[in-house]
Amino acid sequence: MLTYLVKRFFEMIPTLLGITLISFFIIHLAPGKPTDVFSELNPKITPEARERLEKYYGLDKPIIVQYGLWLKRVVKFDFGESFSTDRRPVMQKIWDTKQPLLERKLFITFMLNLIEMIIIFLIAIPIGIFSATHRDSLYDRITTVSVFIGFAIPSFWLALLLMMFFGVYLDWLPVSGLKSLNHDSLPLAGKIMDRLRHLVLPVAVASFGGLAGLSRYMRSSMLEVIRQDYVTVARAKGLPENKVIYRHAFRNALLPLITLLGLSIPGLIGGSVIFENIFGIPGMGQLFFNGVMGRDYPLIMGILTIGAMLTLLGNLLADLGYMLADPRIRAK
Amino acid sequence: MKRYLIFFMLTVFALTACKDKPQLTAVAGNGNGADGPDYGDTLVEGSIGEPSILIPMLASDTASHNVSGMIFNGLVKYDTDLSVIGDLAQSWDISKDGLTITFHLRKDVKWADGVEFTADDVMFGYKTIIDEKTPTAYKEDYLQVKKAEVLDKYTFRVTYDKPFAPALTTWGSLVVLPKHLLEGKDITKTEFARNPVGLGPYKLHKWVPDQELALESYKDYFEGRPYIDRYIYKRIPDPATMFLMLRTGEIDTMSLTPLQYTKQTDNEYFRKNFNKYRYPAFQYTHLAFNLKHPYFKDKLVRQAIAYAIDKNELVDVVLFGLGSPATGPYVPNTWPYNPDVKKYDYNPEKARQLLKEAGWEDTDGDGLLDKNGRPFSFTIFTNTGNKLRENTATIIQWRLAKIGIKVEIRKLEWSTFINQFIDKKRFEAVLLGWSISLDPDQYDIWHSSKTREKELNFISYSNPEVDELLEKGRRTFGIEERKKAYFRIQEILAEEAPYIFLYVPDATPIVSARIKGIKPSPIGISYNLPKWYVPKRLQRHTMEP
Repeated sequence: MLTYLVKRFFEMIPTLLGITLISFFIIHLAPGKPTDVFSELNPKITPEARERLEKYYGLDKPIIVQYGLWLKRVVKFDFGESFSTDRRPVMQKIWDTKQPLLERKLFITFMLNLIEMIIIFLIAIPIGIFSATHRDSLYDRITTVSVFIGFAIPSFWLALLLMMFFGVYLDWLPVSGLKSLNHDSLPLAGKIMDRLRHLVLPVAVASFGGLAGLSRYMRSSMLEVIRQDYVTVARAKGLPENKVIYRHAFRNALLPLITLLGLSIPGLIGGSVIFENIFGIPGMGQLFFNGVMGRDYPLIMGILTIGAMLTLLGNLLADLGYMLADPRIRAK
Repeated sequence: MKRYLIFFMLTVFALTACKDKPQLTAVAGNGNGADGPDYGDTLVEGSIGEPSILIPMLASDTASHNVSGMIFNGLVKYDTDLSVIGDLAQSWDISKDGLTITFHLRKDVKWADGVEFTADDVMFGYKTIIDEKTPTAYKEDYLQVKKAEVLDKYTFRVTYDKPFAPALTTWGSLVVLPKHLLEGKDITKTEFARNPVGLGPYKLHKWVPDQELALESYKDYFEGRPYIDRYIYKRIPDPATMFLMLRTGEIDTMSLTPLQYTKQTDNEYFRKNFNKYRYPAFQYTHLAFNLKHPYFKDKLVRQAIAYAIDKNELVDVVLFGLGSPATGPYVPNTWPYNPDVKKYDYNPEKARQLLKEAGWEDTDGDGLLDKNGRPFSFTIFTNTGNKLRENTATIIQWRLAKIGIKVEIRKLEWSTFINQFIDKKRFEAVLLGWSISLDPDQYDIWHSSKTREKELNFISYSNPEVDELLEKGRRTFGIEERKKAYFRIQEILAEEAPYIFLYVPDATPIVSARIKGIKPSPIGISYNLPKWYVPKRLQRHTMEP
């Protein structure tokens, strides 16, 4: 078991290297340079000044040398400084140690996605099981249609409608952002309430959109399991239907979800730009998008590398999860 | 995607002279109570962009300049009539030959940390900006300086090689830095960039990246303590969300789109709670031709297209009437603006006739003009993300189809657009905008020497008379002399139509009605921000220090 883990771990290294190498070359293929923000259509920049700027950012060296320099720093977990005008370290942009935990980008995105994921799992799994056990009933049809509506509705549109209804028309919830202007002067309980109130709309919109996939997986996996012989045996033994479903069928039906769970780990640090923009959430999506627009190579590479590491880690965890859940795999 | 706006001579956001009749309207005014100015309250502005750095010379985006402009002042600034007046400099002398400027600084100015402001700080800022190691986009103006000297604590003198008319205005807020805090430090790495000490009306209070940036008033500001205690930039990246937050009162001021200005705020609620303002923005939108292209080499073709486009229609449809047709590269009613140039009023008949003269006729009856067997069709490039430009291009496409020219529209991401198409001159026509500097010098856009890759005369315009006038305009100090040169340039540009100047849009900010003391001017409303106030009984926010 341990040797298997170690082996898997070392197998990840060349994969990671390959990912970073390809990413590095691809982002340099995009037209434009980080210095464009200074020099594009700017009458005050001479060719010499442009060269000076490019040299300042190390862009005058061949790309493979640039990659080598980048790699040399990254093995020490130093993602370098952002190419945007503020020149802050990439790590500080992602995880600003000078700000309280609640204001750090990665934390904001991570927590939001985590809450959303938990809610999705909590709602989607019962929906899926129920749809499977009551297959083709009216209930099944209603939930199927509604989760698909959630999947199909553009989130920005739903978000704006809800903001208008709950924020402007009813005036119950704040429209956007993570906290109110007077947040700092509130007592602790008020602070928590304030933050929760700001979370309601974004979490609701994001979860609604995410229900479809998981509940459908759950439904089909459950349907498959119910048809198995051991379920028939359980029923033949005279076990109550509840026990058949939740004790015997459920655990087995969960197996494919472990893969899904593993695959959603990298998603925890990714954010959607449109969604974050609408709700004014300062998360990773915006950071990455602005990085790409400004050709901020170190920032892009930093986020991509962290994402790649998490994806690989997610796969590993999923495999581990299988081993724990399924004795057949353990045996191999 | 408004980067182009910032760039063209960004030195200050105020400009040229508008002595004739400022086109200004303050719509809905319920601001004439008897309340005097009171201290206190907070003004919250919605901002799409996030500032990245608060040292003016290192900043390259509008948001950074807006905020750092509140924290730093310059030696000079523009007055509401667009003349140059003293800011940190009380007065200045320009030598007869126009080569030397001597600034006499104010003696009562203190940095926010209590240290006195002196000529050494200006010298330090100047040395920093010309330093090779400083990555700044604004170096060029200061490299023209032959010699800079500190004569005494309050006197600073610069000498130029050649007379340079825009020189005075370059001594704005870009070059004032506290020497006592920054000397010997690497300006790009210091904490100062995100936690600056300035001498302007406001100082940084708190900055939560990508959420909000709070400024608080500097009580010892040399022009008197600003009335409004806090100024908060709340970052709201989505325009639709921002408008909802204006509606709920979570923000007090923002820029409105034409649709929001004319329709969405046209109701009782907004009339009661907000004031809207409107004045010409210092920018114009144009259709530029690649003059190396065989079709557009011919002046008649360019003029014909100018006749085929209805500028008033563009203003009415695209801008909902919030703007004015452009006739040249200056803002109407400012001093360099020449009202008597050739205007191309919409006239499709005339357009057809000119095209016929140029040899373009529909000989095969397919509805498209052709010449030597080739149909007249070309592509207009523009950047993505600018709805106004996309609409403009579509209307032009429709208008030109009516006279038998087929137009394709291609929208490209900004960087790709500039690097692959503009810089390499791989385009037939582009729809773009320039922002207009307060100084009328546009050497870089029109001079025939500025046509290399990455330079701004990307349409390859070349006219010896214009070259000469541009040179003259920037080497002369007398306004009348300069005016003559720029008037003539506009006549030539109108006649030759290398660009079709389409429209000058209006800036349309909205501000909560509880804010008093706003006096609209040709340079906008924010120039007297420290004098804005909220009467005690209307104050909304009280905040713990």
